[in-house]
Amino acid sequence: METELNEQTPSATDGKQLRVKIFGVGTAGIAIAEQMATSGFAGAQFTAVNADATSKTTIAEQIHLETKVLRGLGTGGDPERGCKLAEDHFEQIKRSCADVDVVFIVAGLGGGVGSGASPVLARAARASGALVLAFISLPFECEGNRRQQQAQQALDHLKLACDGVLCLPNQKAFKLLDENVSFAESFRASVRLLIEGAMGVWRLMKLRGIVEIHFEELSTVLRERHGESCFATVEAAGENRVDELLGKIYAHPLLDGVKALEESATVLVSILGGPDLSMKDVNRVMQQVNVHAPRARVIMGGAVDGSFAGRLAMTIIATSPRRQEVEKPAPEPAKVVEIEAPEVAVEFCGELLPTESKPAGRASTPVVTTAPALNLDQREEIISKHTGKPVRLRKADEPRMRQITLPLDIVNKGRFDKSEPTIHKGEDLDLPTYIRRGVALN
Amino acid sequence: MVGLEIGTSKVCVVVGEMNDEGALNIIGVGQSKSRGVRKGEIVDTRAVEEDVRHALTEAEHMADVEVRSVYLGVSGGHIRGFNNRGVHPVVSADREISDFDVQDVVKNAKAINLPQDNTVVHAIRQHFLVDGQDGVKNPVGMLGARLEVDVHVIHGHLNRLQNAIRVVKGMQLEVEEVVFSGLASSLAVLTPTEKELGALVIDMGGGTTNYVVYSGGVIKHSGVIAVGGDHVTNDLAFGLKVPQSRADQLKIENGNALLNESIAGEKMKITSDLGLPLNTINISHLRRIMSLRLEETFQLIAQDVEQAGLLDYIRAGVFLCGGGSRVPEVTRLAEQILQLPVCIGRTTNISGLSSSMDKPELATAIGLVRFASFKTRQRDARPSFTQNFKTFFGKLIPR
Repeated sequence: METELNEQTPSATDGKQLRVKIFGVGTAGIAIAEQMATSGFAGAQFTAVNADATSKTTIAEQIHLETKVLRGLGTGGDPERGCKLAEDHFEQIKRSCADVDVVFIVAGLGGGVGSGASPVLARAARASGALVLAFISLPFECEGNRRQQQAQQALDHLKLACDGVLCLPNQKAFKLLDENVSFAESFRASVRLLIEGAMGVWRLMKLRGIVEIHFEELSTVLRERHGESCFATVEAAGENRVDELLGKIYAHPLLDGVKALEESATVLVSILGGPDLSMKDVNRVMQQVNVHAPRARVIMGGAVDGSFAGRLAMTIIATSPRRQEVEKPAPEPAKVVEIEAPEVAVEFCGELLPTESKPAGRASTPVVTTAPALNLDQREEIISKHTGKPVRLRKADEPRMRQITLPLDIVNKGRFDKSEPTIHKGEDLDLPTYIRRGVALN
Repeated sequence: MVGLEIGTSKVCVVVGEMNDEGALNIIGVGQSKSRGVRKGEIVDTRAVEEDVRHALTEAEHMADVEVRSVYLGVSGGHIRGFNNRGVHPVVSADREISDFDVQDVVKNAKAINLPQDNTVVHAIRQHFLVDGQDGVKNPVGMLGARLEVDVHVIHGHLNRLQNAIRVVKGMQLEVEEVVFSGLASSLAVLTPTEKELGALVIDMGGGTTNYVVYSGGVIKHSGVIAVGGDHVTNDLAFGLKVPQSRADQLKIENGNALLNESIAGEKMKITSDLGLPLNTINISHLRRIMSLRLEETFQLIAQDVEQAGLLDYIRAGVFLCGGGSRVPEVTRLAEQILQLPVCIGRTTNISGLSSSMDKPELATAIGLVRFASFKTRQRDARPSFTQNFKTFFGKLIPR
């Protein structure tokens, strides 16, 4: 395996090779890992981890987290079971991580194995001395709030256990797509985005850059506990590759049209080009990044690879302080928003819960609930459903308005509630210091 | 001479007298809990009036005097200090600097561009410069073409200062002068040697933390952070989920500025006033909350003093006073952050009731009396017109 990689990139790597192992955890994780195996992660070893013995995979090395109790039937979407099973196999996992420098964990959070086993896997890998990066996707909003909650919890656990977590909320990937795209296609799109991101990090580590980004820098960016990180990897080729590259960055759904950059505290940029990569190109790209992220600490890396002649690739990882999620999951709009047959989901993911909303059951309840607050899109959808033709309530040129949720001031200021706040460099000193500094008391 | 401090946690009156040699003697102290002050500023006039009355009566009894006028200590987040330089060309033919030149240059230095609502509380003379030569203490009689002076100006919001004055005046008391509390505290705890060497005085009050930096015998920097012991109490009440009064008690009984490994996991049951169990608190949480707040306060001061470029000039060390300095091990915490020797400021060079001298929380009020004694001495040194008149005629008329 290693010799293969040496052949592929002789110019950019030298001496010591990083041994990378990619773990696909859970059904979704394995699906992603299978795709990764065929898309240029040469030199990496792949391992599939699942509780479901019946699932088929093309990955050679497998760890079955099965016990007799479950008769190889999976975890039933329960992360606690997944966690328990993984703990039972802790030693086995640890052994499989021996002699590995970097472990990638690829998983879709929200289900049983992905959410439950990934943190344990991360711990086992850390225990065997490897660095751990997790590439995970969060479920679509329509997958129900139980999965969302499980995913969020698992994400918190992972952040504690890993050196770095790259997280892709599927809902964001959805924005990239046409609204009428098929259900399966939207999952494929999110998988593609995740793989792109993993590819960016992979290159960053594998190719010895001219301006190098150390792994430590990467993990500090990714480990930011009070923040959210988003990432984008884009590639462009041809004469106008710089313009094309910048255009793609601006349009990238995960960066919210560079809005994510503006809010970010740290931005890591890695540029990869062929031997013909000019200083002018690098300058132009970095200038744009600096313009859009004026407040951020920018970490820049550059590498040259022989196989990239005439091409240019760029990976951006931006970390911003955690804010209130801009778009709240719509409260039970499932009744009106059409969900394309949940059966498809079961086929695809294997672990999707049956959707909680059952319109028929609702109708018989004597209590008439107030109509849920609907946004413009939902209203359009309802009207178009009833009339049978597409409706546009919004004027064509009107910008898409988004209501921002203001942060909830939960901290009571006690006796200083009514007095003039003591503001020092933007900080309200009346709030307890330990809260402002995020010191946990337990 | 009477000093009155209307603090956030207590109202304090100190009565002093000067003996024939000009030495100061404290003869009466009166204290009362303060209820109408938040962060050093009055929010409830009625309550303040009552509290001042209490403290005043106590002090009057102890000293056996009737108080007519006071020196009033003020504080609050609105008070700021900065340095300003005044310039004056010496115009006399022989280039000798006269008293009038000195008066003029000080007047120029005091002419500052302040926000409209603000007023100068103090303009303290630092050093004179004669033709650019620094460090001149008294330029009268020297020769030079250009006289400059540095003053440290402490200013505050006029209306908020007036509020305190009005309350006192409403009680048929005269306010001789308004004094910045931090300045008063520094007068109480520092000796001339320490002022010369360079010292930082931090007055850790209930609602505000005032600090003053001395170097070369003069005030170089001053500031107020509207964070004090009240904030510690409030943090504790929030973090430990206990009532404010209870948090205050916990702070006093179990407080410590440093985290200690030995207390990790130690629990304490607390009961309500009726003896019913309220809840169990973790002592290490209490310490951590306190420690973080105090640490932050010191850090803010350290940043500010550092910015003023004075951290290296503090050679006599840091002096803590006010109620906050009573927290165990607060000096060690301050040492860690400021990287300077820290001690509790003691009012040493004033005679009188020694029991009250030892209390760091009385430093401000004692300092006010000290300020008063300086003023009186100045006034005596410059005899007024009537006194001149008397002495003149006294010489003429044989007794």
